[in-house]
Amino acid sequence: MSDPLAAGPEFPQAARAALGDAQLRRNLAHVTHSIRAKRAAAVAELPDWEALREAGRAIKAETMRHLDEHLEALERSVTAAGGVVHWARDGEECNRIVGGLIAARGATEVVKAKSLTTEEIGLNEALQARGVHAWETDLAQLIVQLSGDTPSHILVPAIHRNRAQIRDLFRAELPGAGPELSDDPGALAEAARVHLRELFLRARVGISGANFAVAETGTVAVVESEGNARMCTTLPEVLITVMGIEKVIPAWHDLEVYLQLLPRSSTAERMNPYTTLWTGVDPADGPREFHLVLLDNGRSAALADEVGRQALHCIRCSACLNVCPVYERTGGHAYGSTYPGPIGAILTPLLTDLRAGATLPYASSLCGACYEVCPVKIDIPRVLVHLRGRVVREGAHGEPGERVAMSALARMFDHPRTYAAAQRLAALLTAPLRRRGRTITRLPGPLRGWTSAPGGGDAGRDLPPPQPSFREWWRRNRP
Amino acid sequence: MVEAQPPVSDGVHERAAPVSDARAEILGRIRAALADVEQDDARVEIPREYGRGGSLDRGALVELLVERIRDYAAEAEPVAVADVGRGVRDACDRLGIGRLLVAPGVPRTWWPGGAGEGDDRSLAGDDERPRAEEDDGRPAAALDAVDGVLTGCALAIAETGTVVLDGRPPCGRRALTLVPDRHICVVSAEQIVERVPEAIGALRERVLAEGAPVTFVSGSSATSDIELERVEGVHGPRRLLVLVAG
Repeated sequence: MSDPLAAGPEFPQAARAALGDAQLRRNLAHVTHSIRAKRAAAVAELPDWEALREAGRAIKAETMRHLDEHLEALERSVTAAGGVVHWARDGEECNRIVGGLIAARGATEVVKAKSLTTEEIGLNEALQARGVHAWETDLAQLIVQLSGDTPSHILVPAIHRNRAQIRDLFRAELPGAGPELSDDPGALAEAARVHLRELFLRARVGISGANFAVAETGTVAVVESEGNARMCTTLPEVLITVMGIEKVIPAWHDLEVYLQLLPRSSTAERMNPYTTLWTGVDPADGPREFHLVLLDNGRSAALADEVGRQALHCIRCSACLNVCPVYERTGGHAYGSTYPGPIGAILTPLLTDLRAGATLPYASSLCGACYEVCPVKIDIPRVLVHLRGRVVREGAHGEPGERVAMSALARMFDHPRTYAAAQRLAALLTAPLRRRGRTITRLPGPLRGWTSAPGGGDAGRDLPPPQPSFREWWRRNRP
Repeated sequence: MVEAQPPVSDGVHERAAPVSDARAEILGRIRAALADVEQDDARVEIPREYGRGGSLDRGALVELLVERIRDYAAEAEPVAVADVGRGVRDACDRLGIGRLLVAPGVPRTWWPGGAGEGDDRSLAGDDERPRAEEDDGRPAAALDAVDGVLTGCALAIAETGTVVLDGRPPCGRRALTLVPDRHICVVSAEQIVERVPEAIGALRERVLAEGAPVTFVSGSSATSDIELERVEGVHGPRRLLVLVAG
């Protein structure tokens, strides 16, 4: 099975393809700009926003410093509340645990609430291989699943599809959706409601992720809009929750910080429609069995990076995606990982110990907008620069193109005659390109490093063809 | 590291031995990763300089709650304590609720029309009233046939337009406010807090002591998944009406 943290081509190649997709760019511009403006308004409404951000940062930083103790406390409190805690070193082990729990109950289908963590480990595919069908129940996840696609945005995973595409998909793939189905979003949501309601009422096993898990009380929190997560966590007899080990928070009252930071940063609402907080098993209400799987899958490797560990503070709000000038143009798929955008550019290489996403720390102009909006103040630009250093030092690059190019340039700057000759030569050779308004995608010889991608290949920077140099112009035009 | 497992096997057997190994290994990796953090490292004090409480009086809280719920395109209206039953009956008419299920613990005076003690709707011959009965714990599939539900709440947060349910009377079990399509929720004015930290503080004891399941409801179910266009009502109740009594 392919690794969802390392899916598809490297960013530079994927970004080039995405930039050529006009529909995608229109959808992205619309979504990022409208959420951006709404978020700013929702945040401006709270006079103590900065104090909340600082508390949000400090709680996460403190949690990470004693992560082992908080996880042991969480295990104790969940167990005391009637839940069962499992530990999974990697995605494969997690999928095996979840698959085993489902098989032991004889179920062949499960309903799933949206969970990036289960995306990250390819749970659906692993269950399918065991003969269990996992029904995605979030509307966007359903769209993505029916089209055999992958999510492109943390918050609105199907934002790369427009209503006509979704109507056609539902007509072809959604059980019960007829040829008369219109492309009105209300009608499309209704079709999904009818289809999923039957599943909710029949499924015996539900699967969810977790936004937060409180060590003090054993409470798991899931925030959502549609109600599908409430269905998945309330109606089936058995509930299995998969959470990354970094989602633990120490105390119940820490929720008062994150339940303010997350909705305003994510959907730009004062509060999301539904937040479900459950504590183990309640004999009179909801599932009779609750299993919590604590997943490492690279998080301990990320924790070992003293600068990078703050990436584990992320509460998956997606505000950084919506303000990022790179994301706005390339979309989520170009990042080739479950985690796109600025946070993905640091999280993916950290979770994989640089085995995947080595080009991602370069997928940024370091403009700092992501840091400004981050509700837990993750210094993404600092981690990006730090990871660029690690990528170079640890040789995750195939070719040290940029270093070679820079030293070649240094030689030329030291020898003015060579420099002038090189400029004239470049202007001469590129004249045909200028006339056709083209750009240079590949420089020859030692200069190739400038246009090549950090990992090698030809899709790094484009270069406008050089105009006649100032020196040349001065020589011709001086009085 | 992990030996191949048969595709389908007993879940209990499958997780027996490797689990403790995984637990020890993960905790070991974490401790190794935190080598830079001193063993006796003092806990860092968390700066909590954000607002913990509100300053509005009761009248202002009612006003703010109603305004904020309406912002979500849900319905909210203030109502005099004596008029709750009438308000519920009017709401049933307006929302087209013929069969209403009522959470245990909801005062009789809140029932449609403010049914008094011993009142039996089938004998009353009052056709204007919806047929109301107390939740009997029927299966979720049967809840799907119910038109609407009537509940109270644990508390409400004015600033965010949120009603909080705790799975106990008079909120009802979670499925009750999830499966039926219309939810009428009565909030008493004295249950309203202004800010989120006040609500979290008030809920702590019942979560810690009883493991009460808590649900925050802020407006009706919604999605913006298709071209970011908001659609009210996907899986939860499509209509939410909050009556604020005070």
